[in-house]
Amino acid sequence: MIQINNLRKTYNGTTVLNIGHLQIKQGESFGLVGNNGAGKTTLFSLLLDLIEPSNGEVKLKDIQVNKSEGWKPFTAAFLDESFLIGYLTPEEYFYFIGELRGQNKATIDALMAKHTDFFNDEILGKKKYLRDLSKGNQKKVGIIATLIGNPELIILDEPFANLDPTTQFRLKKIIRELADDKNVTVLVSSHDLAHTIEVSDRIVAMHKGEVVKDLHTSAETLKELEEFFAV
Amino acid sequence: MVLKIFMILAAVYFIGIFLVMGFLAYDIMLDFTRDPLVLVCKLSIYYLLGDLVIRQLMQKIPVINIRPLLTLPVKRSTVVNFALGKTFVSFFNIIHAFFFIPFSIVLIKHGYGGLSVLLWLLSMWLLVYCNNLLNILLTNKDSLFIVFLIVLAGLGAMQYYGVFDITVLTGPFFHKLYTTGYMFALPLALFVLLYIVTHRFFLNAMYLDTGLKGKHEEARTQNFTWLNRFGLMGTFLKNDLKLLTRNKRTKSVLIMSFMFLFYGLLFMTGGIDVYDNPHMKMFGSIFVTGGFMFTFGQFVPSWDSAYYPLMMSQNIKYRDYIASKWWLVVVGVSISAILASFYLYFGVETYLIVLAGAVYNIGMNSHLVLLGGAFVKTPIDLTSGKQAFGDKKAFNIQGFLLTLPKLVLPMVLFVCGNLIGPQYGYIFVAVAGLLGFAFRNYMFTVIERLYKTQKYNTIAAYKQKN
Repeated sequence: MIQINNLRKTYNGTTVLNIGHLQIKQGESFGLVGNNGAGKTTLFSLLLDLIEPSNGEVKLKDIQVNKSEGWKPFTAAFLDESFLIGYLTPEEYFYFIGELRGQNKATIDALMAKHTDFFNDEILGKKKYLRDLSKGNQKKVGIIATLIGNPELIILDEPFANLDPTTQFRLKKIIRELADDKNVTVLVSSHDLAHTIEVSDRIVAMHKGEVVKDLHTSAETLKELEEFFAV
Repeated sequence: MVLKIFMILAAVYFIGIFLVMGFLAYDIMLDFTRDPLVLVCKLSIYYLLGDLVIRQLMQKIPVINIRPLLTLPVKRSTVVNFALGKTFVSFFNIIHAFFFIPFSIVLIKHGYGGLSVLLWLLSMWLLVYCNNLLNILLTNKDSLFIVFLIVLAGLGAMQYYGVFDITVLTGPFFHKLYTTGYMFALPLALFVLLYIVTHRFFLNAMYLDTGLKGKHEEARTQNFTWLNRFGLMGTFLKNDLKLLTRNKRTKSVLIMSFMFLFYGLLFMTGGIDVYDNPHMKMFGSIFVTGGFMFTFGQFVPSWDSAYYPLMMSQNIKYRDYIASKWWLVVVGVSISAILASFYLYFGVETYLIVLAGAVYNIGMNSHLVLLGGAFVKTPIDLTSGKQAFGDKKAFNIQGFLLTLPKLVLPMVLFVCGNLIGPQYGYIFVAVAGLLGFAFRNYMFTVIERLYKTQKYNTIAAYKQKN
């Protein structure tokens, strides 16, 4: 699904990301952990062709992202609030994304209905624009919007941050379901080791722009990661 | 950096104008009237009203900056005084000094009583500050400047047509500020009163959940299903329609576009001699239908700056995105052309010029405007309405160079055509527009390529919020 070769990003001579080779298979549920400045968001931005690689390439399904736009139909992402349109209501935002992804209104309505629990009655029909919602509620909208149109690759940056405990539980359930679907590849980054381990089959730890650990989730994973980060 | 300089140049320019007017107004007015001070007093009402309109449009009130002060050990009343005091040193107040002080000096030189002139100066100065306070009190009322503008235009028109002359009432009042030794107390009292009211207003509003909260308007979900028949274009147009109608900044674009409709009146009525010739009429007609195109189109794609990463990673092809913006501009020009049909009143020829301009706008300028947009890398804050003129960074040299084909070319074509025969002027301009339209796929490819090469820079620039 994802193939990364000799990928490097440099700002004014400082290398912020340097990954020799990384392959993520279709259907994998992939967790990315690391401290601030480890390069998690940089990596995601490179996957989405939002920043230009200084060197190397990213291929999604053999499509090189900075050469063709062909990866867009099967990819969905929510990195931060710049993926939301502030002057729309949540419903309008879902319909807009739905239309871009060739979904009809009924499908979107069904999706919204399915996630009423997750929205916890704070999102739909509240007569508020997205810009007037709290950070946590904005995040809920952004996350659910990535599910529209059955994308094969879903990228979520720090999805657990700013969410209340109940919503974190519900989100874990949603991501687990996606992970069980063998067509869907999920990429999640987090500061929270425990959350990431719960939802991912494979965990990569980054430090100062480099991959330092690449583990298949097992009973010892948390311990191993905690040892690494406890400095 | 260049743009900071540009701002400073603009400020120096206005200061210069006010200064020169301050020194020369007396002598210039002497040609029309025996006592220039009386004339100035007559005009004062318009001056102050106009000032209020401009303040409403452009002067920013930095309320938000108060927040960090709330938890500091400073008295709330002091914070309010500080916030109000800060507005007093604004450019919008200082600029008036450059007119009134030299004018007063000239008055004294010409033998007007020194103390009286000083009292008059003080009164006018206080009235300027009353405007400042009024503007603060009214700052959260949307579009109030239109009301002031209508009052201003209405009073002006009534005076021009001799229906009602407001200056008969107000002129003597302003003059009394000079002649009597006590009338200055009135502006002083007004100022003190306004200050107390504003101070109290702010003091009560200084809680995070009241005045500093920011307004939450009630949102309505709109579907615009009638646009569905246009497929993907419809999806984008729906979104842009909401963009235009739900944000302060874009609303001011719509108002400006509407005003541009009347800009042509300066050229078409023959009222101004320098404008009363074919090439200037062509120039004007480009603006009549191009108001929306220029004010909105030139900042594409910055309107989407707040969610540009979404647009760049969603299932959207670059070409569709650009095409949708192009259609929006075309719809804007077409609606303007229909609204501009009142130019028929000045003769069929006049409206034909407007229509030729519209065709040129659709065919040529729409592409050029989008082309220039690729170089605009200023994020636009949609929620702030007062940025419209204050967008220092929106100025870019590439955009400026593009104005040549946008404005000068149709003028040249029109004049050349007229040399051949009376109808050929319109035909030349319209044909140029049609040619541009015929090659639009090629134009889109050029624009698309340009946007792609600028993509990473643009995303990075939009991340930098002030």
